[in-house]
Amino acid sequence: MAINIKVNGATHSVPAEPDTPLLYVLRNDLGLNAAKFGCGLAQCGACTVLIDGKPVRSCVTSIDTLGQSEITTVEGLGTLERPHPLQAAFMAEQAAQCGYCIAGVIMAAKALLDRNPQPSEAEVRQGLAENLCRCGTHNRIVRAVLRAAQMGGRI
Amino acid sequence: MNAISRRDFAAGLGGITLAFTLAPRPAFAQQPAAQQPARLPGSLDNNRLLDAWIRIGADGNATVCTGKVELGQGIVTALAQIAAEELDLPLDRVQMISGDTERTPNEGVTAGSQSTENSGTALRFAGAQVRAILLELAAKRLGADAVSLSVADGVIAAPDGRKLSYAELAAAADLHREATAQVRPKPASRHRIVGKSIARRDIPAKVVGGVAFVQDLRLPGMLHGRVVRPPGYGAKLEGFDLARIKAVRDGTLVGWIAEREMLQSRIARPLGDGTKSEEFDQARLKALLPGVVAVVRDGSFLGVIAEREEQAIKASLVLAESARWKAGPPLPDQVHIYDHLLALPTEDKVVNEKQAALPEGVKVIEATYRKPYMAHAAIGPSCAVAQLSDGKMTVWTHSQGVFPLRGNLAMGLKMRPESIRCIHAEGSGCYGHNAADDVALDAALLARAAAGRPVRVQWMRADEFLWEPFGPAMVMKARAALSPDGRIADWNYDVWSNTHSTRPSEPGGNNLLASWYLAEPQRPSPPRMQPQPNGGGDRNAVPLYDFPRQRITNHLIREMPLRVSALRTLGAYANVFAMESFMDELALLANADPVAFRLAHMKDARARAVIEAVAKKAGWKPGERGDGRKGRGIGFAKYKNLATYVAVIADVEVDRASGRIAVPHVYAAVDAGQIVNPDGLENQIEGGIVQSMSWTLKEEVKFDRSEISSRDWATYPILTMPEAPSVEIELIDRPEERSLGAGEASQGPAAAAIANAFAAATGKRLRELPLTPARVKAVLG
Repeated sequence: MAINIKVNGATHSVPAEPDTPLLYVLRNDLGLNAAKFGCGLAQCGACTVLIDGKPVRSCVTSIDTLGQSEITTVEGLGTLERPHPLQAAFMAEQAAQCGYCIAGVIMAAKALLDRNPQPSEAEVRQGLAENLCRCGTHNRIVRAVLRAAQMGGRI
Repeated sequence: MNAISRRDFAAGLGGITLAFTLAPRPAFAQQPAAQQPARLPGSLDNNRLLDAWIRIGADGNATVCTGKVELGQGIVTALAQIAAEELDLPLDRVQMISGDTERTPNEGVTAGSQSTENSGTALRFAGAQVRAILLELAAKRLGADAVSLSVADGVIAAPDGRKLSYAELAAAADLHREATAQVRPKPASRHRIVGKSIARRDIPAKVVGGVAFVQDLRLPGMLHGRVVRPPGYGAKLEGFDLARIKAVRDGTLVGWIAEREMLQSRIARPLGDGTKSEEFDQARLKALLPGVVAVVRDGSFLGVIAEREEQAIKASLVLAESARWKAGPPLPDQVHIYDHLLALPTEDKVVNEKQAALPEGVKVIEATYRKPYMAHAAIGPSCAVAQLSDGKMTVWTHSQGVFPLRGNLAMGLKMRPESIRCIHAEGSGCYGHNAADDVALDAALLARAAAGRPVRVQWMRADEFLWEPFGPAMVMKARAALSPDGRIADWNYDVWSNTHSTRPSEPGGNNLLASWYLAEPQRPSPPRMQPQPNGGGDRNAVPLYDFPRQRITNHLIREMPLRVSALRTLGAYANVFAMESFMDELALLANADPVAFRLAHMKDARARAVIEAVAKKAGWKPGERGDGRKGRGIGFAKYKNLATYVAVIADVEVDRASGRIAVPHVYAAVDAGQIVNPDGLENQIEGGIVQSMSWTLKEEVKFDRSEISSRDWATYPILTMPEAPSVEIELIDRPEERSLGAGEASQGPAAAAIANAFAAATGKRLRELPLTPARVKAVLG
């Protein structure tokens, strides 16, 4: 059984059952590392990707619900050579300790900045309220998102 | 598209074999045993060969090996800075290899905030000696005096302008020799790289989707495994209800995710409840479970390997539903957990005592403080990849100690340690001994059934909460006497706790979870008292203050109703919370300002300096009172009484209606000796403060007689982005002092500052952690 999904602008045929959560297809079939397994319960945000621009928990989104939707992951934002302002800002602020939550945080922040390009600090904190960080990097993460907003988060 | 390819990562994780050996030359090995070698600084003492630490390649670049590993604390970057500094090489010409049983020194466990001191010190001396060896060679070739030569960026220059590069000298430089520590490292005044906020090496891959974690490792032909854990501690697998497998396996996976939560809360269903049970039948089970390559059972260890990850998950859920277990012993009642613990037998030791006459007319007060079981609760559940090939087991692991892990794996697998290689790869932050080691044995047990293919195992969320070793619950009792002149005349302090280390490095047993459930079960090592000054439950229990008379007693509770081990700071978090709370209670009794009261009892100049610095930074006003809602408090500690000094002031706001405590601002002053990387230090200190605030206000492992009920982020909430305080940190650099470990230095002071701020705000004291809305409302009445 194969299902077509559109990720970062390209269409892929993946040999997975229709009820497979998108997360495993991204990681194991497409070799995309950014989205992480954290809880499988849509509680922590480590697996966050954009589906048609909206932040979605890929661990509880089965691939048969996707249809023609456009999926965007951190890999679709930029590269080390050409980083997205959010990626550049997270590096500039050194906004990580272990960094396991960061890719999910970046995608949630992308959705926030697309909706609200110049958020206040409180709006950034609220926008990331559902993304858990265990290392206590909260403030650096918020600073990185505010820095990205200054750099022009929407590209 | 990814800057760091999978292939590069796999290579970095052991694909390359380097042609060198960690074994000493026979000449060293044959030295008479009676001849004690001279003591060498840091970890050089146990790993005495220069080329175990540093090698210079034909390109003149350095390969630096460390037994310490990256846990998200930035240590690999800091160690690269130290090595590059001493070698006079640019940072990008220093390649780091860390935590590999076949390539790096054995530095035990990366824990206790000791990496900068132990590995950093070793690299400082090894680097200085390697540089001197290269200089000496250059001096000979150039016919110049070594002291007349200068070095920059790996190029040695004579006064007359002639130059030789490290590349030209590398082949002739014999580094396979014992370190001497006779070459003095650079003085701080000449540092160009140490002391700078160098960007971390590991962060770029983490923000562009590179291969950054063991979770991201994908080897050719890799299979996916999951383990079906018992319904509780000590449960025994009795059989399977295969009819049940047929009935449930058609459920969808997303549906199963919710279902799993229900499954996890099932009570053990023993045989004889009317369902049909059958023996373990590999062929029948495989036929019923799509994609499954093998079902592995060894006693009560049950696991499954499948071609695809979701198939392994689904199969594990189906197996969990059909497995029949005999329940283990019940848990104690959480409502009475502290009484239960205090009633258990203890091993008691007076760890510190000072005698003096007690003055007349003292006032005596006492107080009891409590800290619950807390979870490491990594964001990413533990993961390992294992491969058995030609009789050799290779395990990629985020363990804090690849060598101790190898020892326990050898026991569990009944293999020789030499036949096992453990290679560190980063995991989600662990904050101490979590399930990182356990999952390595899970993966290795499953890899034996994978016909040479690698097997990746990641625990599920509930596995991580239910089976990790928690930070132990603790009780602290303090009693002190205040003299008429307002000084502390006597200080008595007792702490009760389980051990804070059941790591694989502990002797006398196997500390890997799966080993206890095998058909021939292995036993964990017996708990033992960890000596001061590091201590275990009594870490930081000896006050740094100068009291004329004191007695500190450690009570080790040997029986462990819940699985426990090292959680960041061990006992220090609870002891500093208790002692610094008690200092404020005494200051109140003495009618003294908390900052002045601390200074009046503190002689240590560096301790005084951080207390004074934080008071200045926060604009502390002596005698300032809370208004019933807002208040501020201070907490101080020198971690382990031998590492970093931290003083913290917290501002709190108490919502008396909801009982919620908000912490809008936190200030800290820090003295970590010579600072290697200021930004990295600040990141660690602030992270510790924010994590401690989460522990202090929210965290407590919940359980009842039958099970642990903290199983996910809804039942074990942690601090969210909107709740984090603003944090201002002052770093006091002391380039003339040695660098001190800082990763665990701020948690205790932050907890005490918050508790003291609450008391200052409301006039009421909370002595039991966490400071939840329910406890706040109860104490405010």
